[in-house]
Amino acid sequence: MLVKLMRLTEHPILNFQEKRGRKITIYFEGQPIEAYEGETIVMALHAAGIRVLGYSVHKHRPRGLFCAIGKCASCLMTVNGIPNVRTCITLVEDGMKIERQKDKPKLPPTVKPPKFKEAKKVSGDIVIIGGGPAGLMAAINAADAGAKVILLDENPMLGGQLVKQTHKFFGKREQFAGVRGVKIAEILEEEVRKRENIEIFLETSAIMLLQDGDEKLVVGVRKNKELIEFRGKAVIVATGAMEKMIPFEGNDLPGVYGAGAIQTLMNTYGVKPGDRVLIVGAGNVGLILAYQLIQAGVDVKAIVEAMPKIGGYFVHAAKIRRLGVPILTRHTILRAEGKEKVERAVVAQIDEKWRSIPGTEKVFDVDVIALAVGLRPSIELLHQVGCQIKYVPELGGHVVIRDSRMETTIKGIFVAGDSAGIEEATTAMLEGKIAGIAAALEIGTASSEWFKEIEKAQKELDEFRAGPFGRKVLEGIKKVVVE
Amino acid sequence: MSEIPHYLREGFITVEELKQVIELPSEERLRKRPVAIPECPQEIPCTPCKEICPTNAVLMENPNAIPIVDYEKCIGCSLCVQICPGLAFFMIHYVGDKARVTMPHELLPVPKVGEEVILLNRVGEEVGRGKVITVVPREKSKGDTPIITVEMPIELAWDVRAVKVVRK
Repeated sequence: MLVKLMRLTEHPILNFQEKRGRKITIYFEGQPIEAYEGETIVMALHAAGIRVLGYSVHKHRPRGLFCAIGKCASCLMTVNGIPNVRTCITLVEDGMKIERQKDKPKLPPTVKPPKFKEAKKVSGDIVIIGGGPAGLMAAINAADAGAKVILLDENPMLGGQLVKQTHKFFGKREQFAGVRGVKIAEILEEEVRKRENIEIFLETSAIMLLQDGDEKLVVGVRKNKELIEFRGKAVIVATGAMEKMIPFEGNDLPGVYGAGAIQTLMNTYGVKPGDRVLIVGAGNVGLILAYQLIQAGVDVKAIVEAMPKIGGYFVHAAKIRRLGVPILTRHTILRAEGKEKVERAVVAQIDEKWRSIPGTEKVFDVDVIALAVGLRPSIELLHQVGCQIKYVPELGGHVVIRDSRMETTIKGIFVAGDSAGIEEATTAMLEGKIAGIAAALEIGTASSEWFKEIEKAQKELDEFRAGPFGRKVLEGIKKVVVE
Repeated sequence: MSEIPHYLREGFITVEELKQVIELPSEERLRKRPVAIPECPQEIPCTPCKEICPTNAVLMENPNAIPIVDYEKCIGCSLCVQICPGLAFFMIHYVGDKARVTMPHELLPVPKVGEEVILLNRVGEEVGRGKVITVVPREKSKGDTPIITVEMPIELAWDVRAVKVVRK
């Protein structure tokens, strides 16, 4: 059996020994691999040192993990004969057979996709898509305001990106400041699970959002096979964000990972992403990632940042500088080199016009390149149902027009969290609260007393955004909020 | 580019820069009892230090303001060092020709009382050796972060902000 020492046994913050499920065996191209129940396929493969998950259809270039949260197509593999399975959000099962894909795969003739008329039907008052900080807070508040809530998430666990945040949150203590993201996820999940009027569907992807008369219809697919029709009077889209990619030679090599994917590997599943890492981007995500890598015992060679200054919080930068990690501002990555996977990264200084300066190249011997170059809102469902969209760079890209209570241009469809504009988990929770209450008010389950709670959350948002870090977001919000 | 402060270009703050942001405690105060020093020069929305302080020694006009410590009110209890999400609070106490620096330590291994550790400055350079004199483990910390107090030569008090634990 192929076993490589990529699994973390000790960690200053997390306890994986306690968390790991029963040991089972899966088969990668016929070869047995050790896996633990409760982890996704790609985590088990990575722990066994398998980074090449498939090959591109036309040029047969190797493909590896990129987002690790089901948002991209980098980890598609054939599982038990079914092609194009997102192995990053599909849990392992004993005896599972996993194969790489090379050419365009076909569905075996013995397998039939489910038919619409056979779909199971589930109805409630409010359907919430996404169980991250925004969706969880929306669910808790909508439920308390009297609504019957249906909560979907395509990942096998609730919490969204909170489940991999080992750092303590900022803000005020009533907003969970000083509490680690992983702990906040536990607290919110417990709150959601104890409410009887919240029904949870995990491993369930929302693939379509439609209006059907006065009702909203969300088409879901559970565990890659079961079709479910969710109906409600209102829908809250809290689908989060997707990691951005930047162009450079070799950026598709396995080992070029989104920062979030690395956090999923090491903080959610306890698998080391590699041994030596170069991080691109000194915003909060890149800085926090560097610190988390050091905590997991991984060597961080440097962070490169194209801007002349550190974009994230200074205190996050200071934490890694005192542990010896250099931050090279005004530097960019030129290329990733390696055969089948990352072996080196070449970086260079850039001038005022963003051109690399010849002679300033530096080579880092790394096996992982982490991209922390920003996020873009996941608005696909909102776009598809017909919400008005606008390009707002301050909020990370295309976002929906909305009002101050998070309702989009379509009555009864709300948005919250990063899918409304890239910000952070604290503000996502507040926006989720507002959207949850506003939706309950609109469908008539909440009393007018609840307006006060919306006002309170709005005040907290204003306060949070009042500093220099909130300025950009406020500029963006001005462009999308209508009354 | 001159408007960008050095600390935001480099990711660390020098003592000279820190003095432009906050007034440092007097030598007399540093000898009296441990005193909290925030190395938090940037306005960010964060208030746990102010909220946890039992003597209201952390002053902050609004949630985005930088924390200012009233050194006379500070009793050196270390709660701010334990809670600070940015790991930006430290405590310093001068005792004879030594300084005792209290700092967060969220790495493994957590050193033991009496253990000799390598002292790191704000850019991770090894600048000497010190002895751990107290440890508040994670389970006893009010902020889920272990903190350690390390005794070192007094001239290193304003440079050392982390330690490396080396065990054979």
